[in-house]
Amino acid sequence: MLASALPWRSRLETKFQFSTVNQMLLQHLTTGYSSRVVTTDINASLVPGELTSLLGSNGVGKSTLLRTLCTFLPPLGGEIILQGKSVSSLSSVELSKLIGVVLTERPDVQNMTVRDMVSMGRSPYTGFWGRLTEEDNRYVTEAMQLAGITSLEKRMFSTLSDGERQKVMIAKVLAQQTPVILLDEPTAFLDFPSKVEMMRLLRRLAHEMQKIIFLSTHDVEMALQLSDRLWIMHPGEVVIGKPAELSKSGELSRFIQADGIRFDPDLMSYRITV
Amino acid sequence: MRQSAIIIALIVVMLLLGVANLIWGSLRIPAADAVQILLGGQVEAHPQWTFIIRESRFPQMLTALLCGMSLSTCGLMLQTLFRNPLAGPSILGIDAGANLGVALVMLLMGGTITLGSLSVSGYLLVIVAAMLGALCIMLLLLLLSSVLRNQVMLLITGVIISYVTGSIISLLNYSATEEGVHNYIVWGMGNFSGVSLDRLPLYCILLAIGMIGAVLLVKPLDAILLGERYATNLGVNVHKTRNWLLLCTGLLTATTTAFCGPISFLGLAVPHIARMTLRTSQHRILLPGTMLMGACLTLLCNLLCNVPSSGSIIPVNVLTPLIGAPVILYVILKKH
Repeated sequence: MLASALPWRSRLETKFQFSTVNQMLLQHLTTGYSSRVVTTDINASLVPGELTSLLGSNGVGKSTLLRTLCTFLPPLGGEIILQGKSVSSLSSVELSKLIGVVLTERPDVQNMTVRDMVSMGRSPYTGFWGRLTEEDNRYVTEAMQLAGITSLEKRMFSTLSDGERQKVMIAKVLAQQTPVILLDEPTAFLDFPSKVEMMRLLRRLAHEMQKIIFLSTHDVEMALQLSDRLWIMHPGEVVIGKPAELSKSGELSRFIQADGIRFDPDLMSYRITV
Repeated sequence: MRQSAIIIALIVVMLLLGVANLIWGSLRIPAADAVQILLGGQVEAHPQWTFIIRESRFPQMLTALLCGMSLSTCGLMLQTLFRNPLAGPSILGIDAGANLGVALVMLLMGGTITLGSLSVSGYLLVIVAAMLGALCIMLLLLLLSSVLRNQVMLLITGVIISYVTGSIISLLNYSATEEGVHNYIVWGMGNFSGVSLDRLPLYCILLAIGMIGAVLLVKPLDAILLGERYATNLGVNVHKTRNWLLLCTGLLTATTTAFCGPISFLGLAVPHIARMTLRTSQHRILLPGTMLMGACLTLLCNLLCNVPSSGSIIPVNVLTPLIGAPVILYVILKKH
């Protein structure tokens, strides 16, 4: 179903799939605020076609890193390279066609239909008055199909549940057609089945559309099972690897294990002792 | 389509109310004659009608119409900018800032607050002062805007700003002449008849600039509805849009306040009525709808103010809260 619904997919696949040019590279990246450095010298890359999850305790600097990647926050040092160019050299409109974001804050808008909300994703491409062309409308329809929200099309955004709203915001970011999608805790505030649905959707999108999908989360077990790659954030450093590798190397135990929590590397799961 | 039908209906209602404003008043002039005079004709039997329509009713009608459009535009832009349904020029104390600017200049210009006696350059000075006052308040509000997303905080800040400017104005009044105080109070009640024919072009040009500026912002305004970060991610330069919006709102509020007095509640209420009827959040539909709705409401208010005849007119600010207050209550109650 996915393959047939996507006119732009084939283009992405043939042109971009195995080229390193399309990776998002972090080179000696230092994040933080003018008053405080949070993480120094991160060297890493995000690969198209992979779902990457960022794990870390509260306050360790996940949001700061994500904000820096979203370009909401200027890096204190180093560079973020996308399609061979430093993102700091790109204009805001160029950036809006490369990086799409889904935030934890849910927009509080009255009188906006789901379709209108998804259509907002087209605004980097529309003209001065923001009118949608036929082509724009087609992309909006397809984005809604991909996110599985076609049936909600005419509903008002403000009347939706948290899970539905999150899917609408994902459809919006798909309509934006960016090779990179960054999500800040997309599974927060969702009930368990919705969390699973959300993560599976993101994994599918990464694999089938060859997008770079990077998200922060606290749902460790789900991230272990569904991510292609994990970034584990410790104070001052980031450890990166495939879930199985990190499990074997003991890195995951180091991150998860605490009083009352025991990590089983073979099962890639944790037990809670009373 | 439903939305275009509403817009067309609003245009028709606006034109009808416009004509009604020419016809009714202390003296009734037949519609056909009124239109004829407006188009440059004469009514042989009643030469004085020409004067009434051209020098009094037409300027007043146009003043009311543009004032309604401008204040409603301000309300819509502020509600979007602050992402708060209770934002509006009067609630936020922006017109209080304009008030203060006007009062200050008036005092410096001799202690009387009669706008009618001023020359055009004096008028311009008053407008600039009103605008500076309005901009100061807007800057203050922007500095506090992270807190102001909370509706209660927004209202409290507006009330505090109004109190502070009010107390300064009281002090100014204390040292002004008795006549000045009286004139100031009358001015503060709101009045669409203060713009004479020779000042009408200036008034129209200033408001047109502000409103055209607002119309140019429809696309970024849509994005700002989603929040600052989503807007940035959609390629909108939020700071530039914000400053532009600040300037337009300042110009519109300051000009209407300087010429018509502080007209309360309209700016807050009209965008809500427009949203409720048009059921959209897209500014390219909402903005024209809000402008037309604002024009209709002020024309209606002006008509109601003038109809009781017997020579005296009801101040505009007696009527506007009667329309605005229920809308605000509705918005608050709907939220909870």
